[in-house]
Amino acid sequence: MLMIPQVSQLLPTQDIVGWILQIVFLGFFVIFMFYGQRFQMYIMLRDIESHLRRLKFIKDEGRKLAINTIKEIGKPQEDPSERVDQFLEYIAVIPQNMDPSGIVWKMEHLLDVRDVRFKDEVKFMAPEADEVQLNNLENTLEVAMVLNILYKVIRHFYILGKKTLSLYIIMQIQMIMPLIMREAEAFASALKAFATGQPIGDGAGALVAAKLMHGHKIRKIAKDIVAATVPLEGRIAHVLKSEGPGGNVGKPGDAIRQIIKETKGKIATIVMIDAALKLEGEKPGDVAGGVGAAIGGPGVEQYKIEESVLKYKIPVNAVIIKEDVGDAHSPMRKEVFDAADTAIQRIKRLILERTKKGDTVIIAGIGNTIGIGQ
Amino acid sequence: MTEKVEPPTRKISSFSLAMILITVVLSVIALFLGLTIYESQDPTALSYMLIGFIGLAISAYLLFQTKRKPSRVAFEMPQVITTILCQKCGFKNIRDFQRGDYIFKETELCPECNEKTMITSIYREVKEKEK
Repeated sequence: MLMIPQVSQLLPTQDIVGWILQIVFLGFFVIFMFYGQRFQMYIMLRDIESHLRRLKFIKDEGRKLAINTIKEIGKPQEDPSERVDQFLEYIAVIPQNMDPSGIVWKMEHLLDVRDVRFKDEVKFMAPEADEVQLNNLENTLEVAMVLNILYKVIRHFYILGKKTLSLYIIMQIQMIMPLIMREAEAFASALKAFATGQPIGDGAGALVAAKLMHGHKIRKIAKDIVAATVPLEGRIAHVLKSEGPGGNVGKPGDAIRQIIKETKGKIATIVMIDAALKLEGEKPGDVAGGVGAAIGGPGVEQYKIEESVLKYKIPVNAVIIKEDVGDAHSPMRKEVFDAADTAIQRIKRLILERTKKGDTVIIAGIGNTIGIGQ
Repeated sequence: MTEKVEPPTRKISSFSLAMILITVVLSVIALFLGLTIYESQDPTALSYMLIGFIGLAISAYLLFQTKRKPSRVAFEMPQVITTILCQKCGFKNIRDFQRGDYIFKETELCPECNEKTMITSIYREVKEKEK
């Protein structure tokens, strides 16, 4: 029999059963030679399918939680399910960037329109909810929306891969699946946090600012941003954060611009505190310092801050509190909460080293302030 | 108060179970036959034993696959703790988070000195899994 001699010796050929085994072995060899990749593809598709099932479960739970919270808090007259389903399918068309000049302002306008639209939608769904609850509900719905999009995109590539039997589509989606699931699970825990108004990891910067401004006179300085003038290490610190305890990020760019305008640019330094993603192996709650505008999001606020400081050549310092993607969207973990005090020490040291007595500084706590007052 | 919502568990179909059982029985028979014939120096013994081992391996694999734990918990709600502190006497009350709690919220009166207390922290504790 034509066969790899070493392997064929394992299978006896002196009897009929042995011959059958030889033929079966040869059959397997030929089948795997031609269809091996296809088998591999089916295994990958099965793996994606199982993840997709889990993703659907998370997405459905998110939708259910959002509807239940709206019913519980908002006490609507009619069933909000249909409106929630429409909300989950909401789209925002990103401005054209063929000529990038002025795109920041177009983007800002789009985000403003989106924000107003979302708030109005939530008001319709939950007429009895107060301002704080409205913000939290809006955040809950936004998370449910992200989960919905995540599920639909993965399902799209799964079906596309199945239809075309393209190894490259299937392989790519299978390879990033663990990261997608991590993200989805992080958003799943954010849902409950937003629905009940718990502080989340992203609020680390807002917590630092809240600790600094607590007990001082607070004024509203920009959209959803509050500020307080605080004496700190012999300097005058304008501390600002988004207005809590509802889920808010506000417009810190406008607030910093306003303070710079009020002080006629006489700002010795700006310190921005934000939560930042840690690398694997780093500890959650580690505090690091550096320079630059520490702020995430679509980039509009960062642009505004960079533009404002450039005019007066104001140095911008960054203090970041490290956490992973799961912690950023989940209820704030103890290590991150405790890191707020370390960050305050860091800010004080920075101010002492980089400014003179009597100077004016800006301290901006960036992030979602859900569950954090001031 | 750690809430858990689990996805539907995977059930083994009676057909799969029957197939696995039949494979196990046939494999054992093949092994038994192989061992019996082996004593009489018959070369067929090796084939039977090979079939038996392969059959057992396949059924063990299938059983392992069907008995595998359902996909990991997808929706785990962590326990979140609220700490209430009296600024005057330092009385501390630690309890589970309740809707409406937020950091720096003034809450109930202190049972020790009758002053207003305040929520000073809200966090969740994470127990790192042992490696």
